[in-house]
Amino acid sequence: MTAEKMALAKAINESLRTALDADPKVLIMGEDVGKLGGVFRVTDGLQKDFGEDRVIDTPLAESGIVGTAIGLALRGYRPVVEIQFDGFVFPAYDQIVTQLAKMHARALGKIKLPVVIRIPYGGGIGAVEHHSESPEALFAHVAGLKVVSPSNASDAYWMMQQAILSDDPVIFFEPKRRYWDKSEVNREAIPGPLHKARVVREGTDLTLAAYGPMVKVCQEAAAAAQEEGKSLEVVDLRSMSPIDFDSIQASVEKTRRLVVVHEAPVFLGTGAEIAARITERCFYHLEAPVLRVGGYHAPYPPARLEDEYLPGLDRVLDTVDRSLAY
Amino acid sequence: MTVESTAARKPRRSAGTKRTAAKKPPGSQPDLVQLLTPEGKRVENGEYDAYVADITPEELRGLYRDMVLTRRFDAEATSLQRQGELGLWASLLGQEAAQIGSGRATREDDYVFPTYREHGVAWCRGVDPANLLGMFRGVNNGGWDPNSNNFHLYTIVIGSQTLHATGYAMGIAKDGADSAVIAYFGDGASSQGDVAESFTFSAVYNAPVVFFCQNNQWAISEPTERQTRVPLYQRAQGYGFPGVRVDGNDVLACLAVTKWALERARRGEGPTLVEAYTYRMGAHTTSDDPTKYRADEERQAWEVKDPIQRMRTYLEDSNHADEGFFAELEAESEALGKRVREVVRAMPDPDHFAIFENVYADGHTLVDEERAQFAAYQASFADEGEGK
Repeated sequence: MTAEKMALAKAINESLRTALDADPKVLIMGEDVGKLGGVFRVTDGLQKDFGEDRVIDTPLAESGIVGTAIGLALRGYRPVVEIQFDGFVFPAYDQIVTQLAKMHARALGKIKLPVVIRIPYGGGIGAVEHHSESPEALFAHVAGLKVVSPSNASDAYWMMQQAILSDDPVIFFEPKRRYWDKSEVNREAIPGPLHKARVVREGTDLTLAAYGPMVKVCQEAAAAAQEEGKSLEVVDLRSMSPIDFDSIQASVEKTRRLVVVHEAPVFLGTGAEIAARITERCFYHLEAPVLRVGGYHAPYPPARLEDEYLPGLDRVLDTVDRSLAY
Repeated sequence: MTVESTAARKPRRSAGTKRTAAKKPPGSQPDLVQLLTPEGKRVENGEYDAYVADITPEELRGLYRDMVLTRRFDAEATSLQRQGELGLWASLLGQEAAQIGSGRATREDDYVFPTYREHGVAWCRGVDPANLLGMFRGVNNGGWDPNSNNFHLYTIVIGSQTLHATGYAMGIAKDGADSAVIAYFGDGASSQGDVAESFTFSAVYNAPVVFFCQNNQWAISEPTERQTRVPLYQRAQGYGFPGVRVDGNDVLACLAVTKWALERARRGEGPTLVEAYTYRMGAHTTSDDPTKYRADEERQAWEVKDPIQRMRTYLEDSNHADEGFFAELEAESEALGKRVREVVRAMPDPDHFAIFENVYADGHTLVDEERAQFAAYQASFADEGEGK
């Protein structure tokens, strides 16, 4: 019974359940997380089993959710708050950036802020405005925050456990279009460190680096490229702050080419940071400039256009070809 | 000078409650809780007398002492800023009664969430005044362990701390403890969304928190009329908890009203909003110039309501303090000033590597990497200096 197959959303649910069971200081907070179980049902059944005092439905006020979570953390609790959708995090952005991220340093390390902020993010589900964004770079840019995103059920389960155990605030981006994707979860495995990247497919000709919802796209791209005789390695970053540059570097030293793929706009995004650092670290190994595939410098488009906006198989493969052509 | 506002804001000596009657809607004349008149006469108050009924002469002298020493500390800090020893200072001049009265109402296990001007409350909580100066001198961004005195870090973003206070109070309730929380903010902060959200959350969860608004009439250059159309204490009603306006220059009234509100919180009756009606006698911070935005007559009208003089008159008239007490306090006050001067001037610049300290509790590879780069860069200078 060590491994069982479950959907990514279910894995997070199970992870939260495990955490609630293990530590009475763990709290779940957010809009609709109680009776409804969250709009994606990620917290389904938790209030029923742990009570309204542990799984707390909140007023509809994001700054209030994060701000009170900070106060609860100061009192010794470990709140896990849900921001219903990516685009709704901005009313809480002030609390996250000016308060949550800095308080540990301001108190000379005397207080800890173990707050996890869960944000279902990204597109591909045909949603309306403010429901499909990828604002991870805005958080990764802020010192004091950790920013992670799982790409599969197993990571979702384990990374959530690690995020809750962390004494630092963690922004936990959940790839909402992968919520229903199933994979094996081994609850007895010993997970690697939260910030560690992982090679999810070995290859020799080029490295694709991605995280969250784009890992699957990259794996599919690598499979398609295989048919054309190209061997692509896929690295799942898992963490955007910190970024495991060592693992990317090791892969690039082997393949000599790197393409970074994310849904967020390319401009000043996670890919830009990776391109700069890997160019610095692997200058004499690279056969081509680091290329990026991602969203455009435009508001996330209406749902009927999102397939044009989001990186798909063809855009990834097209960029792979550009890299290989150098 | 802003002629229009000066005319409309002509001060009235009768009470601190009706400065701009013409601008205020009818029916908003507030009840001001007062136990000591500006002339230092003790007046009866059926509702709140009970909360100071058993106060001893020694405790009364203690309140006076707190206010005098806090004012001395504040004056010293202002001077030190003028001498270039502090980058900035936010003076509490005029607000001593509001801070000492409310601060002395707290119990040791209560938790205080201040803004950046609560030097008097910090004093009551036993925070070393020197600790308050680090941030203003630029040697740290906070500088103390909030848990050592249950006094949170100064918060500069207006109103953010009211939510932290509410969350902390929710935690107290979950723990089944009977402690309470007090959150300080100003009339300007009352316009912030976070303050409104803290009212909502605290009411909904019945959190044991007292919101202590020091309405000092000015948010830098913006008067209270730019923040609200109704007296601030009345806001509470819309959220479903009581609001009280207290004479913020009356230390006894501030003590009594805050005690009442904290006891309500302890009994599980939820939040209270206390509006301490007071006046900021100085600038918002040493960076602004109040003569550009407010009339001198207004300041003069508040001078006669001075919280310290009023308490002194009361102590003298009631024979609770003699000349020896005042002389001793004067000497203590001078000694405090001297100590503050010395402490500030001796405050060392932080170690360069402090930049990288405590960014994360669990560590972070990027911080480690940049610390190492910084160390190498620093070391390169050391090598040059040694002529290697």
